[in-house]
Amino acid sequence: MTQASAETATTDANERPIRVLIAKPGLDGHDRGAKVVARALRDSGMEVVYTGIRQTPQMIAEAALQEDVQVIGLSILSGAHLGLFPRVIKELKSRGVDDVLLFAGGIIPDDDIAEVQKIGFKGVFGPGTDTHDIINFVREHAPRRS
Amino acid sequence: MDAPELVEALVAGNRRALARSITHVEADSAIGREVLRQVYPRTGRAQTVGITGSAGSGKSTLVGALAREQRKRGRTVGIVAVDPSSPFSHGAILGDRIRMQDLTGDPGVFLRSMASRGNLGGLSETATGAIDLMDAAGFDVVLVETVGAGQDEVEVATAAQTTVLVANPGGGDEIQSMKAGLMEVAQIMVVNKADLAGADTAVAQLRALLAIADLQSWIPPILKAVARANEGIEEIVDAIDLHQAHVRSPEHAEAERHQHVRGQIIDLARAALHREALEAAERSGSLQALVDAVAARERDPRSAALELLDGLRRSWASSNDFNS
Repeated sequence: MTQASAETATTDANERPIRVLIAKPGLDGHDRGAKVVARALRDSGMEVVYTGIRQTPQMIAEAALQEDVQVIGLSILSGAHLGLFPRVIKELKSRGVDDVLLFAGGIIPDDDIAEVQKIGFKGVFGPGTDTHDIINFVREHAPRRS
Repeated sequence: MDAPELVEALVAGNRRALARSITHVEADSAIGREVLRQVYPRTGRAQTVGITGSAGSGKSTLVGALAREQRKRGRTVGIVAVDPSSPFSHGAILGDRIRMQDLTGDPGVFLRSMASRGNLGGLSETATGAIDLMDAAGFDVVLVETVGAGQDEVEVATAAQTTVLVANPGGGDEIQSMKAGLMEVAQIMVVNKADLAGADTAVAQLRALLAIADLQSWIPPILKAVARANEGIEEIVDAIDLHQAHVRSPEHAEAERHQHVRGQIIDLARAALHREALEAAERSGSLQALVDAVAARERDPRSAALELLDGLRRSWASSNDFNS
């Protein structure tokens, strides 16, 4: 009975703001771009967990798990994306975090974009991207929580 | 996962189940409510500690330092870190992990960031729910950090058994203003950034305020710390332990527990009522009409508020008829 009465009175878990993790894997220390994206997502009504620079794949995956984010955006300028991104994916999988939308930004050469998308990053946004494109992308593709 | 599965996994220490349960509680979903109902009998073991103070007072840094000291003492630590939502976009930047990066890889630590979500968000409900979930998941200590501005944030900090108030040197006016609210609820006062000029003055001001406060059986200690440099942290954890021993001692436990739970029930009911009243008012459109009338000075705000309440009572009465 409690179950039934609770059900009529509540919304489901989908009506909450989208939660996004923005992180910078690797050793480069410039996070202007990551902060611009974090802020744009915030201003569009999302809740953005920002972890700061120099994150290991383990730290990113663990933060995504604890925060139960729907979306992870990684920013990288160092050129180590093909080394680090697969490790992030591996760490996420080992924790059972398999229902998140991944996107990447920063300096990712055109030749590498197909590979980055193949391993699971649905969106890749380079320099000069309009933040509205990122907001629309996240809104469209963020998995719903149920 | 449904509620019983979540509860079973959470109690067994599954971190993903804990994370997902908090998500349900934040969404105030049926599953979230059921999980909270089922885990509550398993709560009460953890030390729950609220840390509050104004923006920039060093709360996140202090929480990180306290968590590290607790880990040194062999205790596991759950952390709920609340940051404000934007009143305009309702979005939020949750940045507390930046100051606790080293804790992310520690399996004995679980940190959840939470946006305050303004008036309609029900922060007290979600944050106290998250505390209960971490308690039930077996964390020895649960730290909850909020900006000490606004009733919801203060309520969250005081929902913990031990509330730590963080002040800074040179915050004379700020300390004066604490007389009004925060002084009564804090069991431990910390002057953080005590390497700056004016630390002793801040301590003296707090002491003077305490002298006129209506203290019960516990005298709040006033401690100096430099959280960034890890100075004074052991003393704060010792003080927390002392206060925990105090509230759990046979002569106080029963009364403290009843007083604490009483406050919690009233806070939660107040928050739910507030939310429900606003939702009902917005839904019926009666609020807008009243606003227009009062703005035109055709009527006064007090009678308008009472009329709003009358409308709410009527809608409750009719929904009860519907149910029966």
